[in-house]
Amino acid sequence: MALDMGVFCKSTLDGDAVDHCFSALFGLGQNADPSYLDWLMKAWGWTLAVAGLGLAIALVLGAVMGTLRTLPNAGRSSRVLIRLSTAWVELFRNIPILVQVFLWYHVIPAFVLPLKALPSYWLVSIALGFFTSARIAEQVRAGIQSLPTGQNAAAIALGLTTAQSYRYVILPMALRIIIPPLTSESMNLIKNSSVAFAVSVPELTLFAMQAQEETSHGVEIYLAVTALYALTAFAVNRVMAAIEKRSRIPGFIASTNDAGAH
Amino acid sequence: MKKTRSIGISVISVISVLIFSAAPSLFSVGVLAASPTMDKIKSSGSVTMGVRESSIPMSYTTGDSRFDGYHVEICRMILGDIKDKLGLSTLRINYQPVTSQNRVPLVQNGTVDIECGTTTNNTARAKDVSFANTLYVEEVRIAVKANSGITSISQLNGKKVATTTGTTSVQLLRKHEKANGVSFDEVYGKDHADSFLLLESGRADAFVMDGSILAGNIANSKNPKEYKIVGEVLSTEPIAIMVRKDDPEFQAAVNAAIAKIVANGNMPKLWDKWFLKPIPPKGIIVGLELSPATKNAWANPNNRPAEDYQQKK
Repeated sequence: MALDMGVFCKSTLDGDAVDHCFSALFGLGQNADPSYLDWLMKAWGWTLAVAGLGLAIALVLGAVMGTLRTLPNAGRSSRVLIRLSTAWVELFRNIPILVQVFLWYHVIPAFVLPLKALPSYWLVSIALGFFTSARIAEQVRAGIQSLPTGQNAAAIALGLTTAQSYRYVILPMALRIIIPPLTSESMNLIKNSSVAFAVSVPELTLFAMQAQEETSHGVEIYLAVTALYALTAFAVNRVMAAIEKRSRIPGFIASTNDAGAH
Repeated sequence: MKKTRSIGISVISVISVLIFSAAPSLFSVGVLAASPTMDKIKSSGSVTMGVRESSIPMSYTTGDSRFDGYHVEICRMILGDIKDKLGLSTLRINYQPVTSQNRVPLVQNGTVDIECGTTTNNTARAKDVSFANTLYVEEVRIAVKANSGITSISQLNGKKVATTTGTTSVQLLRKHEKANGVSFDEVYGKDHADSFLLLESGRADAFVMDGSILAGNIANSKNPKEYKIVGEVLSTEPIAIMVRKDDPEFQAAVNAAIAKIVANGNMPKLWDKWFLKPIPPKGIIVGLELSPATKNAWANPNNRPAEDYQQKK
């Protein structure tokens, strides 16, 4: 079948071709009559916003929860923290992501009223961030536990407190080790952000469903959306590979080969 | 040597037999003047009707893979008429649930012979399929909470307006925003039930959608008195029964059957049954009055696309 990419230069109002098809691409001029390309770019922006915010939440919470799960089992407070972080991980990775999104959007705001004032993309980002944080926490824990026990013992022998040994010895090594699985997780988050369409965030998936109905050019629309998802995920991959390369320390376990791609 | 050659020849002859026997059946659909759909119905003694799962009261399931509704009942009448025309003693009707996404491809590829759902007849779809004469004209309206005080689209300025992803109402709202200089905050439900939930939970102040869908959702809600349908008609769209393209004979047979149903004075009774009286399975009442546009379609049989309706206004 023939592809008609001209569909992206059509107006979203009346389906006629517009003058400035590429107006939104570089922020040059604003079409009074936006084209489907303008809308596609806007939808991409929403995908990036939801995924970016979700990733920030996931990385921070994942690192914290993963670290807490590996605390030495001594003293009451650390036992409480271990239980809390274990409960966190089990709660958020045992519920399907779409269900979590609905919980955050429809159920939780019914009980916690201030959440109703939050825009829906915040709620989706929280849902995505918490879901992914459980997975990242497990990777952080795996990274920490893969270190030889001598590392921790040496840190304590030097007189460092538990917090200091994590800060200066354990985490700097563990986080380097887990960059490859973190890359996959970050790329997953981009793709998982497509569930945001279900709670009315006008991102790429919602655009695809709506625009293919309006234009009857489903193949072209889905091709463009697929390309943007793939491009975004690949960009994340490249950024993570660069971080991996830059943060490498010769002689450490994580720096034995120079393969950058995952 | 001789043996291998004979095998080679027989392989070629088998292939050529396959090609030539396949060719007529591949091309006959377009070439022969006779109606492929009628032939299929006659030879198989069965027909496949495309139906919707939850388009109350047009076409929906009543449980246990049984389907019913305004369009479904009309289609059963049409198929009864076609059965008589073909001289069949029995005609088995297979029900095939379809969705907004797959209904056109399923009619095109022959899986579904006649689609009796809630398909808008528009020029884009008319390139792929044909439509029977319109028996129901949909009016896009606004549903609000009864205590909201909203009575017109102009009062929606700055308000949150819900509609369903993948429907023509989204585009319609954009056009209205542009034309009337109002600006809404659009929220999208992933299906009609979801959009209604947005209205119910207060995440949206209004739900803009086809009148029958609004009425059906309100009738189905916990407290139907809390909602009402208000405001001007935002758009009129003919909803029609869909048949395969390039089969004018079948289309004509369907239209003839429709003309018979209309002439017998059945349409007001059908409207009463599906839109004003309690309907199975739960006995809800949709409560949608017959619109002048639908009445007009019954009186003047036509299959004009939605674009014609817009120009007329």
